[in-house]
Amino acid sequence: MTRATPKIELADLHVAFGANRVLQGLDLTIAAGESVVIIGGSGSGKSVLLKCILGLLEPSRGRIRIDGEDVTRLSGAERQTVMRKFGMLFQGAALFDSLPVWENVAFGLIQGDKMARPNARRIALEKLAQVGLGADVAELGPAELSGGMKKRVGLARAIARQPEIIFFDEPTTGLDPIMGDVIDRLIVKCRTELGATTLSITHDMASARRIADRIAMLYQGRIVWDGPVATIDRSGNPYVDQFINGRAEGPIQMAVSAA
Amino acid sequence: MKLLVLIGRTVLHGFETVGSLSVFSGQALAHGVRPPIYLRLIGMQMLEIGFYSLPVVGLTAIFTGMVLALQTFNAAARFNAESTIATVVVLSMTRELGPVLAGLMTAGRVGAAIAAEIGTMRVTEQIDALTTLSTSPFKYLVMPRVIAGVTMLPFLVLVADIIGVMGGYLVSIHKLGFNPAAYLKNTFDYLETMDVVSGLVKAAVFGFLITLMGCYQGYHSRGGAQGVGAAATNAVVSASILILAANYLITEFFFAR
Repeated sequence: MTRATPKIELADLHVAFGANRVLQGLDLTIAAGESVVIIGGSGSGKSVLLKCILGLLEPSRGRIRIDGEDVTRLSGAERQTVMRKFGMLFQGAALFDSLPVWENVAFGLIQGDKMARPNARRIALEKLAQVGLGADVAELGPAELSGGMKKRVGLARAIARQPEIIFFDEPTTGLDPIMGDVIDRLIVKCRTELGATTLSITHDMASARRIADRIAMLYQGRIVWDGPVATIDRSGNPYVDQFINGRAEGPIQMAVSAA
Repeated sequence: MKLLVLIGRTVLHGFETVGSLSVFSGQALAHGVRPPIYLRLIGMQMLEIGFYSLPVVGLTAIFTGMVLALQTFNAAARFNAESTIATVVVLSMTRELGPVLAGLMTAGRVGAAIAAEIGTMRVTEQIDALTTLSTSPFKYLVMPRVIAGVTMLPFLVLVADIIGVMGGYLVSIHKLGFNPAAYLKNTFDYLETMDVVSGLVKAAVFGFLITLMGCYQGYHSRGGAQGVGAAATNAVVSASILILAANYLITEFFFAR
């Protein structure tokens, strides 16, 4: 029996900013259609990991493979071809201030796929409806939206090109618990409808439990635990136990200076 | 010892900046000659950089032309050379003051705005978002601004030249009592094509420098509002210095005997 090619494969990934070594030999494999959530404290390198896979940062060592293809140091047109597989919901939504909501959602279709504007607008309105936003929102500017609406528009933009892989960077950060639940449900719904592989990063455990098939814990630049979401409460890993229970005491030492 | 470390660090940082700016310029130019070309964005930037800079450039030019006429009259009267005012005004405006003042005023208005806009896009991850949507930030953000800067600065300088000469004319005729026909004759008799062309070449170079520095500083801004503010300041300061340095080099190229 042959082993299926993983959708995303990270091997011995190292990233450093000067003397600050953020990722120190990270290994992670994600199968097609799987939903993996990476948890870890602030500054543990979760966002850096996503940016490495997207080619926004270059690792100093290691390999990144997408569908078996080495994409570690791709650039230019080759990188843009690979990016066609990805959708990304940024932490602050990262909507373009100068464009109305519908053009934000349709941006990848118009600029990346060269779709005619009327068609792209029709798809944008469909995607907005999919995330629970009406056509009345389409002409508004990002500055006129609430935090929750921005996340929904960001989600609509992430799924507009029907990507094979979707990344979610802290999808519920800054939202009230109810809106957080709404966003999580939308993420699960979109993922199910598209059949996409998803990789999310968060430190919101409630959110992680709702959207993950599998959870991996990142600490000091490495994955220190990786397992199905159902087993996280009995992981037997002291780092995971401390993190999911939110305890100050334990092996994870936060850099806190008392006044 | 500490002084040597400081000097060494400053020199290395200088080389690093020059290298980084050269790579940035190379990438910007390489992207500029390959499709897609965003004509709508280029048009919007031409409007922003060219049309909306007209009031500030026009006001600067008219007052400069007026002052130039007054000062030249004052100085020329000492050796009975008042009739040279028209020639001094037109040559000063077309060769030097038009391009340099329009360049500096545009650097203040446009360079800071470009750096602030792109810097904000950087710190709010909008530039990363562009990349994830298969769009090159160089093509989408940098090239439209650079093309608009290179094409619109000559237009602004041409307007500044005309308004500046008109300012000198107004003061000379209405305050200093010159004959209008004689003033205009002196203005055009000694004006050569190269006087105007050299100013327009300077303007195109200044347009490139202003927009490039605005984009470069904004693209590399870090650390939130403070970083964006620093990027805007650095864009104006670096563009202004480069304008003055480039002005000397171009002047030497055109006029050194």
